[in-house]
Amino acid sequence: MNTRVLEIRKGVLNKNDELAATLRERFTAAGVIAFNLVSSPGTGKTAFLEKTLRAMREAGLRVAALVGDLETDNDARRLASSGAPVRQINTHRCCHLEAAMIAEHLEGWDLNELDYLFIENVGNLVCPSSYDLGEKLRIAMLSVTEGEDKPLKYPGMFNSADIAVITKMDLAEACDFDRAAAHANIEAVRPGMRIFEVSAKRGMGMAQWIDWLVQLRASADNQRSHLR
Amino acid sequence: MVSSDYGALKVHEVRLRVGALAGVAKDALLFCYDIATADTTLAGSKLVVNEVPVILYCSVCREEKELTDLQRFRCPVCDTPSGDIRQGRDLEIESILIDEYAST
Ligand SMILES: Nc1nc2c(ncn2[C@@H]2O[C@H](COP(=O)(O)OP(=O)(O)O)[C@@H](O)[C@H]2O)c(=O)[nH]1
Ligand SMILES: [Mg+2]
Ligand SMILES: [Zn+2]
Repeated sequence: MNTRVLEIRKGVLNKNDELAATLRERFTAAGVIAFNLVSSPGTGKTAFLEKTLRAMREAGLRVAALVGDLETDNDARRLASSGAPVRQINTHRCCHLEAAMIAEHLEGWDLNELDYLFIENVGNLVCPSSYDLGEKLRIAMLSVTEGEDKPLKYPGMFNSADIAVITKMDLAEACDFDRAAAHANIEAVRPGMRIFEVSAKRGMGMAQWIDWLVQLRASADNQRSHLR
Repeated sequence: MVSSDYGALKVHEVRLRVGALAGVAKDALLFCYDIATADTTLAGSKLVVNEVPVILYCSVCREEKELTDLQRFRCPVCDTPSGDIRQGRDLEIESILIDEYAST
C-alpha cells in the first residue's frame, strides 16, 4: 500500500458552474437577456421587479420572472399581478439559488418567446455570490435604509455584480442618506459599475432604468444580427 | 468528489483552496467538516484550508498585484482602480492525501 498526494484541482462548485454555462448558452441562443437580482432581505427586490415587469409589458416587451424564497409563494403572486409569467422557487433550507433550480423551473417555458428573464435571488449578500445562474448581468441592490457602507461590508457580492441599484430613494431624506458616500463605496469595491437610483413606490428613476433595459435589448439584437 | 473514484482506500487529508472573495468562512468550514464527513469515506480525515488573496491586474503597472484591502479595489502601488480580478473567487479542492493499493 502507498500513501501519496493526489492532485485534484477541481472547483467545489464545478457542477453548478457547468450547468450555469449550459443555461447561459440556452439564453443566448434564444435571445433572452437574463438578470440575477441579489440583495439583503427587504431591500425591495420584489417591489422593484413588480414595477419593472409591469412597465415592460406595457411597452410590449416579453418578460418573465423566477423568484426564490425559502418559503411561501407570496412574492410570485405579487409579481404575477403584472401579468407576466412568474414561477416561485422555494429553496426550503437553502439560502441561495443554484443553476439546477433555474433549469428545473424553466421547464415548459419556450425561451424563444421571451426577451428578458429576471431571477430574484434569496435575500442574502454572501452565498448567492458564489452561484452562477447563467445570467448575463448580476444586479446588486441596496436600499437607502441599509446604510451607505453595505458595499464595503459585502465586497464579495458587490464586486461580483455588473449593475448596482439603490432602492427606496423616496426615503433618502428621511434617513439622511449620503448619496455621495454610497456611490463612492460602490465604486471602491467595483470600479466603473453603473448605478441606478430608484423608488419603486414613487416611481422615480424607473423610467431611466426601463430605457436602459430597452437599449440593452436593442444592442444585443444588433450584435445577433451581425453574427448571422 | 468521490474518493473511491481515485482508487483511494483511505483519505488522510483534503486540501482546499479558498479565495478571499469566495464567500466562505474558514472557521465555519473547519467547524462543520467532521460532522459533514462522518459516515463518509472522508470520515476521520483532516481539512486543510489554504486561503489565497485577491490578485488584480493593474493596467498602468502592467502587472498583477496582490490586494490587501478588500474595501478598495485599486492597485496598491499606483492607486489605479481595477475590475480585472485574476484570483480571489477560488473554491477548489487542490489535493487529497490518500492510501492506495501499491501498483506492482
Ligand atoms: N418607501 C418605500 N418602500 C419600499 C420600496 N420598495 C419596497 N419597499 C418596501 O420594503 C419592504 C420590502 O420590500 P420587498 O420588495 O418585499 O423586498 P425584497 O425582500 O427585497 O423582495 C416592503 O414593505 C415594501 O413595501 C420603495 O421604493 N419605497
Ligand atoms: Mg422578495
Ligand atoms: Zn498600478
